[in-house]
Amino acid sequence: MAEITSHINNPGYSDKSTPPELRKKVRLSETIIHGFLFLFGSISILTTLAIIYELLKESWLFFREVSLLDFFTGIKWQPQIGEFSVWPLVNATLMTSLIAMIFALPIGLMIAVYLSEYATPRFRSTLKPVLEVLAGIPTVVYGYFALTFMTPLLRLIFGAQVVQIYNTASAGIVIGILILPLVTSMTEDALSAVPRSLREGAYALGATRLETAIRVVLPAAISGIAAAFILAVSRAIGETMIVSIAAGAGPNFTFNPFNPAETMTGYMVRISGGDLSYDSIDYNSIFAIGLLLFVLTLGLNIISQQIVRRFREVYE
Amino acid sequence: MNTIQKELVGSVNSNEFDYRTEARHRAGKFWLNIFRLSTLIGILALFALLYNIVNDAFGYVALEYKVNPASLTSTGAPLETLEKADLAAIIEAKVSAGLLRQLTRDRPLTDYSKPQLLDIIEENILKPGVKETWPLFTSLFQSSRVINEAQANYPEAYLEFRSWLSWEFIVSPQDSDPIVAGIRTAILGTLAIISIVLVTAFPVGVGAAIYLEEYADTRKWHNRAIETNINNLAGVPSIIYGIVGLAVFVRALEPLTSGAIFGALDGNTTANGRTILAAGLTLTLLILPVIIINAREAIKAVPNSLREAAYAIGATKWQTIWFHVLPNALPGILTGTIIAISRAIGETAPLVVIGASTYITFDPENLFSKFTALPIQVYQWTTRPQDVWRSLAAASIIVLLILLLSLNGLAIYLRNRYSRRNW
Amino acid sequence: MTSNGHLTNGQYAIEVKDLNIYYGDFRAIKNVSLAIRSNQITAIIGPSGCGKSTMLRSFNRMNELVPNSHIEGQVTFHGYDIYANDVDPVEIRRRIGMVFQRPNPFPKNIYDNVAWGAKINGYKRDLDDLVEQSLRQAALWDEVKDKLHQNALSLSGGQQQRLCIARTIAVKPEIILMDEPASALDPIATLRIEELMRELSRNYTIIVVTHNMQQAARVSDDTAFFNMDEDRAGYLVETGPTSEIFTNPKDKRTEDYITGRFG
Ligand SMILES: Nc1ncnc2c1ncn2[C@@H]1O[C@H](COP(=O)(O)OP(=O)(O)OP(=O)(O)O)[C@@H](O)[C@H]1O
Ligand SMILES: [Mg+2]
Repeated sequence: MAEITSHINNPGYSDKSTPPELRKKVRLSETIIHGFLFLFGSISILTTLAIIYELLKESWLFFREVSLLDFFTGIKWQPQIGEFSVWPLVNATLMTSLIAMIFALPIGLMIAVYLSEYATPRFRSTLKPVLEVLAGIPTVVYGYFALTFMTPLLRLIFGAQVVQIYNTASAGIVIGILILPLVTSMTEDALSAVPRSLREGAYALGATRLETAIRVVLPAAISGIAAAFILAVSRAIGETMIVSIAAGAGPNFTFNPFNPAETMTGYMVRISGGDLSYDSIDYNSIFAIGLLLFVLTLGLNIISQQIVRRFREVYE
Repeated sequence: MNTIQKELVGSVNSNEFDYRTEARHRAGKFWLNIFRLSTLIGILALFALLYNIVNDAFGYVALEYKVNPASLTSTGAPLETLEKADLAAIIEAKVSAGLLRQLTRDRPLTDYSKPQLLDIIEENILKPGVKETWPLFTSLFQSSRVINEAQANYPEAYLEFRSWLSWEFIVSPQDSDPIVAGIRTAILGTLAIISIVLVTAFPVGVGAAIYLEEYADTRKWHNRAIETNINNLAGVPSIIYGIVGLAVFVRALEPLTSGAIFGALDGNTTANGRTILAAGLTLTLLILPVIIINAREAIKAVPNSLREAAYAIGATKWQTIWFHVLPNALPGILTGTIIAISRAIGETAPLVVIGASTYITFDPENLFSKFTALPIQVYQWTTRPQDVWRSLAAASIIVLLILLLSLNGLAIYLRNRYSRRNW
Repeated sequence: MTSNGHLTNGQYAIEVKDLNIYYGDFRAIKNVSLAIRSNQITAIIGPSGCGKSTMLRSFNRMNELVPNSHIEGQVTFHGYDIYANDVDPVEIRRRIGMVFQRPNPFPKNIYDNVAWGAKINGYKRDLDDLVEQSLRQAALWDEVKDKLHQNALSLSGGQQQRLCIARTIAVKPEIILMDEPASALDPIATLRIEELMRELSRNYTIIVVTHNMQQAARVSDDTAFFNMDEDRAGYLVETGPTSEIFTNPKDKRTEDYITGRFG
């Protein structure tokens, strides 16, 4: 294509050197500030490195004494007799988390459906702050609630002989209450992100409200909901105060939710809370368990983020 | 193919569909009720939580004096009927010399008012002990049962309706006697720890957010790494921060956190790294990701046109940020920071792990003091076997929740006040 | 070089040579060469999306604030390459100011809006005088002189835009770039801005992007017409004195556009 250029004679490239007044100035403060801000940004990296370094270092000391095989097989954690199988702790963690999920996922999902598909805007705008308040209550308060309310309630229902004072059921249910706001608000966000046009399309075909909600909106939001659920599992696994108050102290390999059993986090609190000597196997063991916990929760969080990212691409 | 076409073209034949309209509506109603029920369960859970706390924080308590009041007077007359001089005489006779010296340092006993003297006698001589406590709703609605029970089980005791939450409770230090124990030490500890968190996490967090939003070129891998990393850090369980804080701040940096390198080791500060400073730094790491993520959102919300306006008149990058981006992002940054701080206030596990003290009665003196904090106090009192401590736990929870609710209220206020702005 | 510190180099304030501008892999401006006369008003016209704003923003290095964008070719300011490695973009933007399509006053009071740029550029003389003088030049003084400490956002759209112009001239630029400065305004406010541009062209070189043919015809001395080809890259079709472009365009496409047959 013929370029029609300026009506004035076309200037050639200029190679005049920059005059002093246009030259870059040395702005020391800008450089220093930039440096500091970069440093601040990197502190997060340093934190991560510190976490990983400490976990690996102390775990390594632990695994010099205890073989990985022993750690991952067997069913006893009894340091006094040199039994270091992590399964009783993992099992208790899974028990409390599972109970929490059984409670929180269906209820959270249903509240979210109700909020996004049925509730009036006014009800929604009053319930949302309530959820925020619930989410802001410290977990130690939930721990107190588990021990002084949920456990007596369970004992009332199932009998005091059946339900021990410390038990995983009570802790699990209360963890469920704890993560309910998280599940609800994330699920609700996913449901509200489904475009109106999709709902209208279903209504126009003669679908009822329920059918629209269950067959159209829910499937469209499924990845967002999955992300919420996974994040909730990760929260439940990492939850500490509720289990250390209500689930019992002392590793115990049991599938009975009414028996006491110590979780990974509960163990870490109990061991480190006392006067702990730094060079003991006890000290090292909390890092080995911490490492396991870190890997578990990090993995779940990454999966959840990955799902959210893909989910976002669908609607943008 | 042909038949399908015919069916589509033909007018709707009522035999071809089974609409089951009624059944479908019934299913709709049924599930709607299930949804409502779920919502109700959620709300009930919150109410149960609050009910339980209030229920434990007030109510009847059966108290029994260590020393029978009647034994203090020759006649056995009730103390209230005595003259001030007689009361003073009782005090002089019964309390230890040290306490007496303390009481009479400023003024003689006769200058005290009669209620004050009675209080002194009660607290130092009679020393009431708790026999049993009853929760609020039992006390209110079954008071006759409570009274009967108390008379039958503790004939020596007297019954008192007590609010465990009181001004006395807030300003008294920790004590082994539940009647006089308070949360002064814990409140001061929490305030001290939060101050450290504020002065460290706020500048660093906001700085990191500025870097990521305004400076970082997201095409560079290290900037993307920082970004993903912060999101992941926000999901790490708090107890992990606890054990890392234990390893780094309490153990590795002990000379710093115990104050040894500042020569601050004396008296109460033999905390060997399990200090307020270590607690503050641990919580700083914990909430930094939250502050950064919230501050980034606030900075992102500042419209680009404002930055361009500043650049177009020859502002440098930092001038643009400092004079325009930050002031306009500030309400959002503050809201996010307050939310992060309330999270730090409620954190318990990391503090237990790095070694909050189980029992201290003195106020924290400096950064290198041993510490306890409000949630720690709740934890410890909750886990004690005797019921009476539950009431103290409930009362401290109320204080903790009021603190957190007012912070949240402040955050919501800031958000609403500054959210609608026409650029 | 004149006594007021302005660079002068004869006839042309800005010269563009073989300019290509990219957003990532997308080429928004293709092989443009162009010269802008000093102390004249040059209008840039063309269909939406042909790269007018992009072109304009390349004159004061605003485009480099867009991540992923880069340029090839040369833009000179009085003969000096503004993209040379040792050139300070801050200094370029101070000397080549910009007024945007939507008024974007700082959410501060009127006085500070005008004074801030001068302050950060180290203005040493009386700020009050400068503010008054800039507001007078922007034909806003009479309307705001009693409420200098009111928030600028309380002004009307047209007033806000004139405030933005006052803010720009307060830092004593040599060139003012205007990106559809009147498109968000009503006809009366538009007329005021146009009068103001004529007024300012005595002291400044002005380059204005506009969608409005009449406006280009009314206010500008020179006009540059841009179009875009099939892959949406903008190119220069023709440039020259406005009277010629509008009465006697050399190119068929220019004629079609001006007479409203496309675009
Ligand atoms: N920040 C950006 N990132 C990517 N592409 C961009 C960006 N800004 C503009 N573009 C693209 O560059 C091309 C030119 O855009 P530009 O805004 O310069 O057009 P314009 O002529 O000013 O249009 P209008 O008349 O609508 O203002 C368009 O195709 C646009 O999509
Ligand atoms: Mg444009």
